[in-house]
Amino acid sequence: MDNDNHSGQETHVWKVSFVRRLVNSAATVGMACAAILVVTPLVVIFGYLVYRGIGALNWSFLTQIPKPVGEPGGGMANGIVGSALILLIASAIGIPLGIGSGVFLAEYGRNRYGDVVRFTADVLNGVPSIVIGSTVWGLLVVTQKHFSLFSGAVALGIMMVPTVTRSTEEILLMVPQSVREAAIGLGISQWRVTVSVVLRTATAGILTGIMLAFARVAGETAPLMFTAFGNQFWSVSPNQPAAALPLQIFYYATSAFEELNRQAWAGALVLIVLIVGTIGIVRLVASRGLMKGAA
Amino acid sequence: MEALPKITFAPPKAPVAKADSVHAVPRPMVRLAPVIPPAGRFADPIFKGLVLACAASVFAIVVLILIELVSQSRLSLRAFGFSFFVRNIWDPVSGDFGAFPFIYGTLVSSLLALIIAVPLAAGVALFTTEMCPRPLRSTLSFLVELLAAIPSVIYGLWGIFVLAPLLRAYVEPWLARNFGWTGLFEGAPYGLGMLAAGIILAIMIVPIIASITREVVTAVPRQQREAVLALGATRWETLRIGVLRNARTGIMGGIILGLGRALGETIAVTMVIGNSPQISKSLFAPGYTLASVIANEFTEATGNLYLSALMEIGLALFIITLIVNGLAQLLVWSVTRGMPARAIG
Repeated sequence: MDNDNHSGQETHVWKVSFVRRLVNSAATVGMACAAILVVTPLVVIFGYLVYRGIGALNWSFLTQIPKPVGEPGGGMANGIVGSALILLIASAIGIPLGIGSGVFLAEYGRNRYGDVVRFTADVLNGVPSIVIGSTVWGLLVVTQKHFSLFSGAVALGIMMVPTVTRSTEEILLMVPQSVREAAIGLGISQWRVTVSVVLRTATAGILTGIMLAFARVAGETAPLMFTAFGNQFWSVSPNQPAAALPLQIFYYATSAFEELNRQAWAGALVLIVLIVGTIGIVRLVASRGLMKGAA
Repeated sequence: MEALPKITFAPPKAPVAKADSVHAVPRPMVRLAPVIPPAGRFADPIFKGLVLACAASVFAIVVLILIELVSQSRLSLRAFGFSFFVRNIWDPVSGDFGAFPFIYGTLVSSLLALIIAVPLAAGVALFTTEMCPRPLRSTLSFLVELLAAIPSVIYGLWGIFVLAPLLRAYVEPWLARNFGWTGLFEGAPYGLGMLAAGIILAIMIVPIIASITREVVTAVPRQQREAVLALGATRWETLRIGVLRNARTGIMGGIILGLGRALGETIAVTMVIGNSPQISKSLFAPGYTLASVIANEFTEATGNLYLSALMEIGLALFIITLIVNGLAQLLVWSVTRGMPARAIG
């Protein structure tokens, strides 16, 4: 009887630990499956981009403007140039504003005003891009009475600001206080300390933030729909409606013509190469340890 | 006997006495302290003013967006009042507008996305932080980050030409056969519709939820894990008791941040949701969202009231994302700053 009881207890103990081990293995397998399921779409999307994009990509795609609908051939050269111009002007607006407010937050913003700005930057980061687009439409397009490349650049520039601001602040806070104190100890004025010592030390990190903001807005379509609007012809004037790569991909993808669908894939491939290239440079800079020089 | 002479032999005494009597030494010391380098006297306030102006402009942009949205939607606000958000009608021809179908579409597609994305994102985040072999770790998190770098329009393109045909041919017929009785999966399998939008949104918000989860889980102190592990817990139990219980507020923040992104996502959804202002129980049916109705109809809007109604939808979207993101930030901060994590444990 004593023996019986003892063996029963042993089975019981073994059973519980078996269940626990089973749950443990199931959870491990489940997490691994989640990881595989998350990476699968990435692989599939890139696979399709290369497979469908390479087939449609050729020299005339990169050098010609769109042909009238129905005619074969033509390309997105105007979209590529338009996107480049829009991004250039957007960077000229967004980067200085972002760095400036990042400097404010890191060097003068350890107080209530800083918290307000920090919160608004996060709010701006969360505002849907279509809302920014329609606001800029109301502010610029309505007053100018026509769509323009410049208004598209303003919309994208606004979207760059919060990303650059917060990354600049983060990087500047990583610059050790002793560096600032050493510079002040040499009798340099406060602003020179910030510009020539603190910002200089953090250059690589700030560049990383800029590149990430750039990659984020490079593929934006929604804010350009009512601002840059799109254009079938060559136009490099900031005051005229302009073609942009993401816009053209959108219109071509939703078109009923197979030739245009094909070109949408080619455009998507060009766009993703641009974006992944930017991120690749960021990773390279970060892994070279240049960023760690700021720490 | 040794201590006594050392105290009396205090070296500072001599210099102090000297300083009192000789001018040459203390004079420059008094002068040096208050001197500001001449350049800084004017340049410092200017520089501070400059960066303050930048920071103020961030604030001004947000205020400007709000003012612009309100003033542009004035016409519609006056015509329909609050009932705009509960009326199930969208008739541009007779100028009668209500946003309910879009609110419904936005909520359903976003919730569907959350249901799909949350387990996947939590799984991949925990796998990378806690279980993954070290060499694989950075590769995996890089791949998940890369998912966030793909532009919305490319997700839409992929959704139209790859995902939708796949859903139409295989997934939707299978769902209808096996789960048709729930009423969620009935009607013709178009491919494009609420289900496709939910799946695309899910893929798009996984990186956000995963990166916040990873951040929050890494912020849980190691002692928490070690204490649970020392009690004989398995790895999963350590995770569940030692880590997740401490990190859940932050993970919740990440989920809400993902929701905020899903609510405002425009192009990808516009391309796959079918764009028809109808309310249907079936997920196969096409729908419409707040963001995609603006994208589709803004440039075609004839008449001021139509345009104004679209602007009011933009205003609603702005306020919703403002609330959702604010809430998410608070939750994430509360954990990464280590404040109420104790109270929960």
